[in-house]
Amino acid sequence: MTQALLGAGELVKLDLRRDRIMIPVWVYALTATAASTAYSFRHLYDTPQSRLEFATAVANNASTRAMYGPVHDPSTIGGLTAWRLVTIGATLVGVMSVLVVMRHTRADEEAGRLELISAGVVGRHAALAAGVLVALIASLAVGLGAAIGLIAVGMPTVGSLAFGLSWCTAGLFFAAVAAVAAQLSESARTANGIGIGVIALAYLVRAIADVGPSWLSWASPIGWAQQLRPFAGERWWVFGVAVGAAALIGWGGFALAGRRDLGAGLLPPRPGPARGELHGPVALAWRLQRGTLLGWTAGFAIYGVAIGGLADGVTAIVGSSESTRKILEEMGGAKGIVDAFLATAMGILGLVVAGYAVQAVLRLRVEETALRAEPVLATRVGRIRWACSHVLFAVVGSVLILAAAGLGAGLAHGLRSHDVGQQLPRVLGAALVQVPAAWVLAGVTLVLFGLAPRFTAVAWGVLGGCLLLGQLGPVLKLAQWAMDISPFTHVPKLPGSALSVAPLVGLTAVAVVAAAVGLAGFRRRDVG
Amino acid sequence: MAAAIAIEDLVKTFGRTRALDGLDLTVETGEVHGFLGPNGAGKSTTIRILLGLLRADAGKARLLGGDPWRDVATLHRRLAYVPGDVTLWPNLSGGEVIDLLGRLRGGLNEQRRADLLERFDLDPTKKGRTYSKGNRQKVALVAALAADVELLILDEPTSGLDPIVGEAFRECIAEERASGRTVLLSSHILSEVEALCDRVSIIRAGRTVDSGTLTDLRHLTRTSIDAVLAAPPNGLATLPGVHGLDVEGTRVRFQVDTAQLGGVLAELTRIGVRSLVSQPPTLEELFLRHYQAAP
Repeated sequence: MTQALLGAGELVKLDLRRDRIMIPVWVYALTATAASTAYSFRHLYDTPQSRLEFATAVANNASTRAMYGPVHDPSTIGGLTAWRLVTIGATLVGVMSVLVVMRHTRADEEAGRLELISAGVVGRHAALAAGVLVALIASLAVGLGAAIGLIAVGMPTVGSLAFGLSWCTAGLFFAAVAAVAAQLSESARTANGIGIGVIALAYLVRAIADVGPSWLSWASPIGWAQQLRPFAGERWWVFGVAVGAAALIGWGGFALAGRRDLGAGLLPPRPGPARGELHGPVALAWRLQRGTLLGWTAGFAIYGVAIGGLADGVTAIVGSSESTRKILEEMGGAKGIVDAFLATAMGILGLVVAGYAVQAVLRLRVEETALRAEPVLATRVGRIRWACSHVLFAVVGSVLILAAAGLGAGLAHGLRSHDVGQQLPRVLGAALVQVPAAWVLAGVTLVLFGLAPRFTAVAWGVLGGCLLLGQLGPVLKLAQWAMDISPFTHVPKLPGSALSVAPLVGLTAVAVVAAAVGLAGFRRRDVG
Repeated sequence: MAAAIAIEDLVKTFGRTRALDGLDLTVETGEVHGFLGPNGAGKSTTIRILLGLLRADAGKARLLGGDPWRDVATLHRRLAYVPGDVTLWPNLSGGEVIDLLGRLRGGLNEQRRADLLERFDLDPTKKGRTYSKGNRQKVALVAALAADVELLILDEPTSGLDPIVGEAFRECIAEERASGRTVLLSSHILSEVEALCDRVSIIRAGRTVDSGTLTDLRHLTRTSIDAVLAAPPNGLATLPGVHGLDVEGTRVRFQVDTAQLGGVLAELTRIGVRSLVSQPPTLEELFLRHYQAAP
């Protein structure tokens, strides 16, 4: 085994150097989120009485439970902070872990860089071990950062450490999942998709567990992060469960890696057609983007069915508490609690779909930097036509994905409430109003691509900013003008409230103008 | 006839790097033009400007009588391009890429496509990610050579090919020339340039340092002479154009500026020649002379 790991130390150093910006940004963003949330909770809910009210009114209803998990201890600031952040943070740390592992294993392998390294005095498993180790270091740094941040704003030390550890749990587990996913496909994109798909599944499983059968929570590694119960009677042994499971899965990854050739996946490559049927840039873009689009559509349809299936049960969980009902109505802007639940869930889907739109537009930059745009642009295909072929997927794809989620949710909710005819169009509409906000993000990405191509990754920062505004804005009681920066603030809260067309038209107009600016910029700049 | 490519005093900077620094290049219609220069001299930058992918900072560039930046759509119907670094879509087969690029260009010659696949010994059913560098190069070459276009722009097209395919490539280019197409061939393989090109331009650090037919260029360099004379030479050293004279009895070895060759040979004949070996300058020597010269 030591033979197989020869050189891993050097590779860890190399990987850390390559990630010297990315990992600190993750650590900083998550630490800042933890500290600022605890800090603002301390000021907003400074008496046990106010905390209890907040917890019973806002935190402890089905829609927020599905999103954040249950409140294990409503009496302390720490308990509220843990409720608000453990689930979301664990999910994000998991995503970071998968991205880090893949970047240093399958992505390097696909690009041919690993071949150069493997020809040196480097063991067979060194690169995989280094990638996993770097992901663990990053998870540990995030966990430690969060713990220190919480202690710094006056949270109890033990709880803060447990909080950090809960995030680490997810980072550790999903690094092991990524080690397996990296072996399955020849393509880093697909491998990343598999890893993130597993995270989405874990999130969904615990969402169901948190509103339904609670034992199901143990089937999800994100559920384990919650079960560690920071600030609410810490259960440290849960970390041991996660380590054991991660070790088992990680061992599987190394075993798979030992059985395959460099560059190969577990599925053998099949020969393709000798003649091509692709007729133009749109056909090419469809070929390149269809897998992603179909995967997203299917995933969102399933997610929609899950949400729709849960919606009708929400009333039972909330019970008869009048104050809860009132606050929920205010929050969701809806008459019924079910509608508020659906509106909140659709709002989250809108944000996630914006992520799809961003990556669909970023495909342009990927093609450009991989030098694959060059031969296409050397034909009679003009720049604008080429760019539009991919932008089309951001535009139409967002509609398609949200329609799938809306149909799934509407159908499931309609069947459960025995009112398909009424509920299906309402819920579908609630999904589709998210589209213009996703388009705005696509437009912003296109502006970056056209005017500042080296900084296209900033688009993810913009999306993250919108997410934070939506999540922390109400907690921090930000001014309305600040909230208005995010396009998602302007989306009508459907179903329930009246459909106002003006903001949708406004958002679409912003997206169109941004797209025009981006395309004009792309037309004038150097390619490559 | 108008020149297919006419570049004058072209300048392109990337940040602080001056990639092109007053480059000139003229490619006449119907000729195969060799484009030579060390790595980083600006060959690919020039080609990307000609393709309208980069915008020149200063200078004039005309391509097939049009503006390469402005007239992209019309010009690109009339040319085909093979990049120096061919990357393919990992999940598309070679055949699909050839057909796609052909259609995007406005159609390709089916007969030639089949013929080229055979001559280059390329399996079109393999996926992009499984091709070796040479095979990726072949995919791009088949796509370009099967197109019915006036101008071929080839950026180091043979850098990954084996000698047999390299030979097939040279035959193809010879056929292209015979059918009257213009070819701009950037290359490092001097024997290839020597065999194929009517004229060459040598660039260095973003400037053209020499341009002309190989005969023209040879004219400016030195021929090596190794001769045994009837009598020990007298006054050979004082003749114009003679360099590095080495005399051993009646045997002389020296280099002579090719332009002064006539006068020197007359002097040798006057003394009387027993044997004579003369070597024209190779392209390598031409090349090295320019590369090693101070900028």
